[in-house]
Amino acid sequence: MKELLIIAIGSALVNNVVLSQFLGICPFLGVSKKVDTAAGMGGAVVFVITIASLVTSLIYKFILMPLGFEYLQTIVFILIIAALVQFVEMFLKKAMPPLYNALGVYLPLITTNCAVLGVALTNVQKEYSILQGVINGIGTSVGFLIAIVIMAGIREKIEYNDISESFQGTPIVLVTATLMAIAFCGFSGLI
Amino acid sequence: MNNCTERIYNGLVKENPTFVLMLGMCPTLAVTTSAINGVGMGLSTTVVLVLSNMLISMLRKIIPDSVRMPAFIVVVASFVTIVQFLLEGFVPSLYDSLGLYIPLIVVNCIILGRAESYASKNPVLPSIFDGIGMGLGFTVGLTAIGIVREVIGTGAAFGKQILPLADAAAGKGGYVPVTIFILPPGAFLVLAFLVALQNKVRNNAAKKGKKVPEASGCGEGCASCGNGACSGKVFPTGNEK
Repeated sequence: MKELLIIAIGSALVNNVVLSQFLGICPFLGVSKKVDTAAGMGGAVVFVITIASLVTSLIYKFILMPLGFEYLQTIVFILIIAALVQFVEMFLKKAMPPLYNALGVYLPLITTNCAVLGVALTNVQKEYSILQGVINGIGTSVGFLIAIVIMAGIREKIEYNDISESFQGTPIVLVTATLMAIAFCGFSGLI
Repeated sequence: MNNCTERIYNGLVKENPTFVLMLGMCPTLAVTTSAINGVGMGLSTTVVLVLSNMLISMLRKIIPDSVRMPAFIVVVASFVTIVQFLLEGFVPSLYDSLGLYIPLIVVNCIILGRAESYASKNPVLPSIFDGIGMGLGFTVGLTAIGIVREVIGTGAAFGKQILPLADAAAGKGGYVPVTIFILPPGAFLVLAFLVALQNKVRNNAAKKGKKVPEASGCGEGCASCGNGACSGKVFPTGNEK
């Protein structure tokens, strides 16, 4: 139990997926203009990464490992994730329309979110068990949710500020990310 | 200028993936802690890009349009796996320092973007040169950022000490490294200034009425990603044609 907690806190705060591992920069910069869309994107990412880390660990443990096909992991994982995202989208559309309306537009964007593949590969690299893998997935994606929501909150305030011409748009967002990354460095003594 | 040299010029200068199009930001931020890592990552990506462009261009008439994305992904992922094994076998030090980011070359926007927008529509030879140009452009970008971060962060370039370090104990004056530049926040900061510089150049060019290619990359958000590979659905579904 303690070990699982350490994995979760480690992946959510200490090694934050965006601010210290640089995965999922695209949506972090692109979909962080408003808090509610950022929360929607974060929610969709939590949903997809949790399912994807479960499915990829299952497939790795029960199909790739027994057959000795570990070297195919990159190819297999990326196809699983791509198929899974679309499957989840179709399933939500049929079975849970309210959730689909909230998350739907963000789902296709997640396929090439490197965080999803990153989590699947980290689980293999660190030899996590299936449960540990899923916890790592949840922790990582919650870390993403935290980072993107904070970023969106700051960006809503930045809207009203006077920024020099060259720094408008992406540069000021990156400067904000710098300061957030410095703040998250403070978590490094936590575990 | 013939077609092949034009492709290389295009990749290196006119549509430089790092400085102009802002593609592949994840590896750009993550591996540029030192110049040598930047070179390694850039060249690995170049190899994958050239090979996948070549194969996709060869197969462009065979792959049915509706399943082209999964087909491209399989091609790219196969080459990435090969490159990963070669690095592990022959350059283990680089393999260790790049780590997770080698398999993540698969999801680099540049590769799928070039496959979709160039290699799947053009003959083999120009596609190869397009891959070389884009790859070298990416390598130059990563190396430049890597040098800046390494020099400011440690006073060294390519692992060689170029600025003599200060030594307080020996009473020697010298350069005091700004360590934050090789830590994660430094990556964001360097990129912020890079994009600001680019905005400046772009604004000046716009005032003079010159046309500059738009940044289609992830810096502007995936929704605006022009190449379709970043934000598109990978597998075709019934309701879209």
